[in-house]
Amino acid sequence: MKADNVAQKNSRDFKEILGQFMNKYAIFLVLVLMVIILSIISPTFLRSRNLLNVVRQISMIAIIAMGVTFIIITGGIDLSSGSVVALSGVVAASVVTGGKYPVIVGILVGMAVGSLAGGIAGWIITRQNIPAFISTLGMMISARGAALLYTDGKPVTGFTPGFEYIAGGYILGVPTPIYILAIVTVVSHILLKHTKFGKYVYAIGGNYNAAIVSGINAKNIVLKVYMFAGLLTGLTGVILASRLSAGQPTAAVGYELDAIAAATIGGVSHSGGIGTIPGTIVGALIMGVLNNGLDLMNVSAYWQQIIKGIIIVSAVVMDKKRNR
Amino acid sequence: MNNEFILEMNHISKTFPGVKALEDVQLKVRKGTVHALMGENGAGKSTLMKILIGIQPADAGGELIYKGKPVTIQSTNDALGMGISMIHQELSPIPHMTIAENIFLGRESTKGKTFWVDDEEMNRKAVELFKQLDIELDPRKKMKELSIANTQMVEIAKAISYNSELIIMDEPTSAITEKEVNHLFTIIRGLREKGVSIIYISHKMDEIFRISDDITVFRDGQYVTTKRADELDNNKLISLMVGRELKAMFPKEEVPIGEVLMEVKNFTRKGYFEDVSFQVRRGEILGFAGLMGAGRTEVMEALFGVTQKDAGEVYVEGKKIEIKTPKDAIANKLALLTEDRKLTGCFLPLSIRDNIAVASIDKYRSGLLINPKKINDECGAASKKLNVKTPSLDQLIKNLSGGNQQKVLIARWLQTDPDILIIDEPTRGIDVGAKSEIHKLMSALAKQGKAVIMVSSELPEILGMSDRVIVMHNGKIKGELDRSEATQERVMEYAIG
Repeated sequence: MKADNVAQKNSRDFKEILGQFMNKYAIFLVLVLMVIILSIISPTFLRSRNLLNVVRQISMIAIIAMGVTFIIITGGIDLSSGSVVALSGVVAASVVTGGKYPVIVGILVGMAVGSLAGGIAGWIITRQNIPAFISTLGMMISARGAALLYTDGKPVTGFTPGFEYIAGGYILGVPTPIYILAIVTVVSHILLKHTKFGKYVYAIGGNYNAAIVSGINAKNIVLKVYMFAGLLTGLTGVILASRLSAGQPTAAVGYELDAIAAATIGGVSHSGGIGTIPGTIVGALIMGVLNNGLDLMNVSAYWQQIIKGIIIVSAVVMDKKRNR
Repeated sequence: MNNEFILEMNHISKTFPGVKALEDVQLKVRKGTVHALMGENGAGKSTLMKILIGIQPADAGGELIYKGKPVTIQSTNDALGMGISMIHQELSPIPHMTIAENIFLGRESTKGKTFWVDDEEMNRKAVELFKQLDIELDPRKKMKELSIANTQMVEIAKAISYNSELIIMDEPTSAITEKEVNHLFTIIRGLREKGVSIIYISHKMDEIFRISDDITVFRDGQYVTTKRADELDNNKLISLMVGRELKAMFPKEEVPIGEVLMEVKNFTRKGYFEDVSFQVRRGEILGFAGLMGAGRTEVMEALFGVTQKDAGEVYVEGKKIEIKTPKDAIANKLALLTEDRKLTGCFLPLSIRDNIAVASIDKYRSGLLINPKKINDECGAASKKLNVKTPSLDQLIKNLSGGNQQKVLIARWLQTDPDILIIDEPTRGIDVGAKSEIHKLMSALAKQGKAVIMVSSELPEILGMSDRVIVMHNGKIKGELDRSEATQERVMEYAIG
C-alpha cells in the first residue's frame, strides 16, 4: 500500500516536472523543431555561414525586443521603436560623419537620443497618466518627423571605416553585431532576473497597487524602463546607420512591430508580469529562422508575411492554453 | 500618560471632489492593544487608514502623533520606515512571483553589497517567518497557485514581517475559515504581548468582541466615540454605528411554504461537487451553508449554466429541463446573483440604467432599437422599488456603495421576472443598514411565491433568514436542517465534515 502511494506520488511528481518543463521550454522546443525540420529540407540551412547570417539579421530586432520585453512586463507597450531607431541613427551619423568625432562619441550620442525619447514617452505615461499606447504613438510620429527635419529628408553619409565596423566587422569570423547582441542579452537578463529593479518590473506588471503599497516607487521604475528601452533602441539606431553606411531618416519602419512580435512569441504576456529575456531571444530567433527557412525554400515574401502573422497569434494561443 | 498612546490622529479631514469622506475625526490607539475601528461601509475607516499608511494625503490642518512625536507620512515607504504596516482589504498578491518575493517585495536581500538579489536568502527568511507564525507553506511556490485563504495568510505574514510596532488589519478575515481566524487571533495575541499595537477593521461583530481591547466608531465620515470593548455589546455597538437601534436584525417573515418548484437530482461536476440533490419550494428561502471551498458556488454556477455539469438532472415544476447556458437558465425563470459583485456582477463603467437593463434588454426594444422611454421608465421604477439611493439613473454603478450596487443587481434580475432566485453571498461587504434592507427584500420575494436559494458564509445570516439549511462540505451535501433545528453548532458540525 505504502509502496503504491510512493509510486503514485513519484509518477505524479514526474508528470508535474514534465509539465513544468514543457511550460518553461515549450517555445524553445518549437525553435529546435524548426531547426531540425529546416536542416532536413535544406542542406544549406545548417552551414555556419547561414546560421551566423540568421543571428546577424535578427540582432537589431532582438536588441530592441529586449527593451520592449521590460516595457510589456510592466504592462506597457512601445510603438516608437522604429522611428527612434531612425532618429538616433541620423543624429549619431551626423556626429561621426567625415570623422568629426570619434566613433565612441557617435555610439554614446545615439544611445542618449534613444534614451531621451524613451524618457519623454515614459514621463508622459507616468506623470501625465497617459496610456503607453497613446504616448508612444505620439513619439512614433514625432520622432520620425524629427529625423526627417534634422536631415532635411536626406541620408547622412561619409563614415570612417571605424564606424562601418560596428555592423560590418568580424571578430574571429563572427559578425560584430552578434557580440553586441550577446552583451545586451546578458546584461538585460541579469538586470531583469537578479536585481531589485527587475523584481520591481515584474511586481508592477503583476499588480500595480500591490507594488505601490509595498513601498515601491512604481512611477520611477516605469520611467526608467522606458529610458532603458530607449537606450537599446538608440544603440540599434547606431548599428543600423553603420550597416546602411548612412543615417537614413526613413529607415526602420515597422521595427517596433517586429520587436513586439518577437517578445510576444517568446512568451511575454501583454497583461503584464510575465516574460523573460531568453524567451524573447528565442522569439526573435524563431522569426529569423522562419524568414531564412522560407527564403531557402523559395516561398514568396507575401506568403512569408501571412505565415508570420499566423505564428505570432498561434504562439499566444498556445501560451493561453498552457497557462490555463 | 505621555507614552500611553502609540498613535494619535487628531482633526483629520479628507475631501474628495464633491464628497467629504472624513470630517475632523480622531483616533487614539493605546500601546500594546488591539483597537477595533468600526463603522458602516463609507464611514471613512479605510480612508483614514489610507491616510495613515501614506496612500492618500489628508486635508491640511490635521495632526499625526506617533510614539509621542508629531510626524508626517507622505508615502507608504515613510509609514513602513516608521514601523507601521498594513494588511490591505483587497488582497494584492503578485500572481507570477513566489511567496517569498511577494513578502519581501521592496526590501529584497542582496548578496553582500552587490546588486544581485539573493533569492535563496529570501526563501530562508520566509521559512523562518512561517515557522514563527506556524504557517505551513513553501515560499518557492508562486502566489497564483495558492488558495484565497492561503493568499490571505501570506498577506498577514507579510505585514508582520516588517516587525512593525503598529499593524493595520483591514478585513483580514474576509477570505479565511474559522480555523484560520483562530490561528490569526493567536498570532495577534502574541503580537500584543510583545507590545505591538493593532488597528483592526472588520464587519464581523463576534470577531470584534473576541479580540479587541478598545473600539472606536465612525459614522458618515465623523468620529462618534471610543470605548473599552467590555463597555459595549453587539446591540450597543450596532446602534452606535448606524445611529439607531436595529430592531430586527433579520426581518424574516413567516410565509406559507408552497409546492416544490425546483428539484435537483444527483448533480455532479468532477473535482467540484458530487451527487448533490435538493428541492426548493415556493415561498421558501433555502440556505446553503459551508466553509469556503465547499462547492456551493460551483453548484449554483453549474445550475445556471455558467459551467457544465457532468451528471445530474434538474426539474422545474415537475418538468425536466436542460440548462446549457445562462440564457437557458433565464428562459426557465432562474436568476443568479453572483458572489463577487465587482468581478461578475456590476458593469462598473456603465450607468445604473444599463446595469439594470442588461439581462432583460429585449423588453425595452421597439423594433431594432432600444426605446429610451421604455428603458427609462422601467428601470427607473425598478430602481425606485428597491430603494436604490441615487439622484439619477445616469449615475455610474461604480460610484455607488456596495449595498446600493447589490440592490441594482437584484433589480436587474427582478426585471427578468424569475421564479427561482439564487443569491450567492447576498450581503458580503455590505454595511449593516443596507444588509437589513436586502434581507427584507429576500423575505418579500419569498412572500410573493418565489423560491430563494441563498449561499452564505455568515452563520447568523443563514440561521436568521433560511427556512431550511443545506450544509455542504468538500463538494457533498452533509446535512439538511429545518429552521427550528438549525443552530450554529449543528451547522458547523456538518460544515467541518
